[in-house]
Amino acid sequence: MRLNYPANIKIIRVPCTGKVDVMHLLRAIQKGADGVYVVGCIEGTCHYNEGNLRAKERVNYVRMRLEEIGIEGDRVRMYNLSSGEGPTFAAYAKEMTENIRNLGPNPLKKARKAEQDRSD
Amino acid sequence: MAERGEPKSGSRLEKILRAGHFAFTGELGPPRGANAEAVKKKAAHLKGNVDSVNITDNQTAVVRMASWAACIFLLQEGLEPNFQMVCRDRNRLAMQSDILGAYAHGIRNILCLSGDHPKFGDQPNAKGVFDIDSMQLINLVKFMRDEKKFPSGTELDEPPRMFIGAASNPFAEPYEWRVQRLAKKIQAGADFVQTQCIYNMDRFREFMKKAVDMGLHEKCYILAGVTPMKSVGMAQYMAKSVPGMDVPESVINRLRGAGKGKASEEGIKFAIEQIQEFKEMEGVAGVHLMAIEWEHMVPEIAERAGVLPRPELS
Amino acid sequence: MIVAKRKPIEEIKKMLKGYKKVLNVGCGTCVAVCLAGGEKEVEVLNAQLDMARRLEEDPIEMGAFTCERQCDREYLGTLDEKVKQYEAILSMACGAGVQFIAERYPDKPVFPAVDTTFIGVNQGVGWYEERCRSCSSCVLGLTGGICPVTMCAKGLFNGPCGGTNKGMCEVSKDQPCAWHMIYERLKQQGRLDCIKELQPMTEWQNQVPRTVIQPGYRKPEKETEQQKA
Repeated sequence: MRLNYPANIKIIRVPCTGKVDVMHLLRAIQKGADGVYVVGCIEGTCHYNEGNLRAKERVNYVRMRLEEIGIEGDRVRMYNLSSGEGPTFAAYAKEMTENIRNLGPNPLKKARKAEQDRSD
Repeated sequence: MAERGEPKSGSRLEKILRAGHFAFTGELGPPRGANAEAVKKKAAHLKGNVDSVNITDNQTAVVRMASWAACIFLLQEGLEPNFQMVCRDRNRLAMQSDILGAYAHGIRNILCLSGDHPKFGDQPNAKGVFDIDSMQLINLVKFMRDEKKFPSGTELDEPPRMFIGAASNPFAEPYEWRVQRLAKKIQAGADFVQTQCIYNMDRFREFMKKAVDMGLHEKCYILAGVTPMKSVGMAQYMAKSVPGMDVPESVINRLRGAGKGKASEEGIKFAIEQIQEFKEMEGVAGVHLMAIEWEHMVPEIAERAGVLPRPELS
Repeated sequence: MIVAKRKPIEEIKKMLKGYKKVLNVGCGTCVAVCLAGGEKEVEVLNAQLDMARRLEEDPIEMGAFTCERQCDREYLGTLDEKVKQYEAILSMACGAGVQFIAERYPDKPVFPAVDTTFIGVNQGVGWYEERCRSCSSCVLGLTGGICPVTMCAKGLFNGPCGGTNKGMCEVSKDQPCAWHMIYERLKQQGRLDCIKELQPMTEWQNQVPRTVIQPGYRKPEKETEQQKA
């Protein structure tokens, strides 16, 4: 299967989405990523029983913490699919990219630029 | 009725009860403002029709004119007030000073209550005091009256000779414990009790039977609470939304069955039937009529229930 | 354990307004267990503050340090050097920890990042319930192990009041009536006599700051005074 998905996505592999910590997600945004999403197994099929459910809770938590400081929570999302669903993976990648394009760049980048402009 | 010792107070209500008359007491909610006329106007409907008038104390945790202040207006109008005091708004120091002040002004009855939680009121985050509870308040008044002392042990120069009342709710769970709790209030010092509004007559009969079996009616005067229903809506509201209230479906159906515009008359009829039954019920020493914002109906209800004229005391 | 809730970010931001370099000190005991102010929460809050202040073009440098227990002097020594490098301290400990830090560094402004909420139990992950008001006059022996001061909305010692509602408290359909529970438990144990007698007015012990010195111990100052004498 040769499927195309947007090239602007950097994939970080983890053994299970249960391994994804809230700080991994927060740091991504803090360091300038425009968005970050977690792709886990279908709910109910986690090899470790509830790894993907925990990931979902963490994603929701990070969304809430971002909203609190005025950054769109939707920059962080959770998707679920099974390992055999290559086309779905590509579709989600496109959907997330669309979503982020609509939101625009990470507002922290704009702030940083303003700061640099001021110090120049 | 068994001997009850010397009179505890100079209260007219006490005299009526001691003389073996069937007592009939009313209730008046002070205004939400400094309006003396509002108190006097409500009081006029009750004068001559009841033996004593409960003056509520910030009922449902909504601020109103102070109970003791409205009590004084009643005294001026020639009625006997029953000063309600809740544990929610005062600590034990304020309670003692208010009791002394009330007695000095001629108030002779006090009804000791826990009080609705502040959450029910319009200032729900006010701090509920609850330094002591209603049981302890009953005991505090009794101690001041009978031992002529403050709780600290210091002598009182003029004790408040109050006739001490308490509330009893036969309809709140755990039902089996409610008679025990009444016994505990009597042990704490209650001279009389007024019950929660009664609609479930079966449960009340059962409650009274237990109270009589324990001899509680000989240690304390039990006044049955009656609130006439004004409408089907009121009955439904009380059934659903008032904690500790037991309004059987049959009562709601009866009001509904009366037809449009006739529910209030049916409510009054039910109240009158209740009062007539309470007159005959063993252990019931009187009725406490809580005609909520319906004080002007009290003369008619009293008349039709056959409790008029109120006995004259020498 | 002591249970706390993190303050809203807006409130924390307001306290830190004007400061450029702040040390966030977490506590590894109660507030870590209840997910309010441990190492992880320090990291999250620092990331939030960093981002929030950058968005406002007024950056702040947040330091992080989580000690075992902020209420215990033994664990604070390592903090002394670190504190010197910061203008102010944000503490994620309970109110006791915050005050202990403020007492140790009297020249530094110390701000609380959590609202200390209650002494409670862990009912599930992230789910805590209050159980004790530390009133200093425990009656649990009489009330079937259910605290009337904490669990009854009116703190009645001779309950239940007339507001029980199908076994629930009048203030909420989700809150069981404490006195209903007390009655049921004592009945089950055949101990209803415990609540038949009037419980007299409580002599409140929690009206002034309390100190406990266990038998056989004393304040070190006293010791030195005695030695001097």
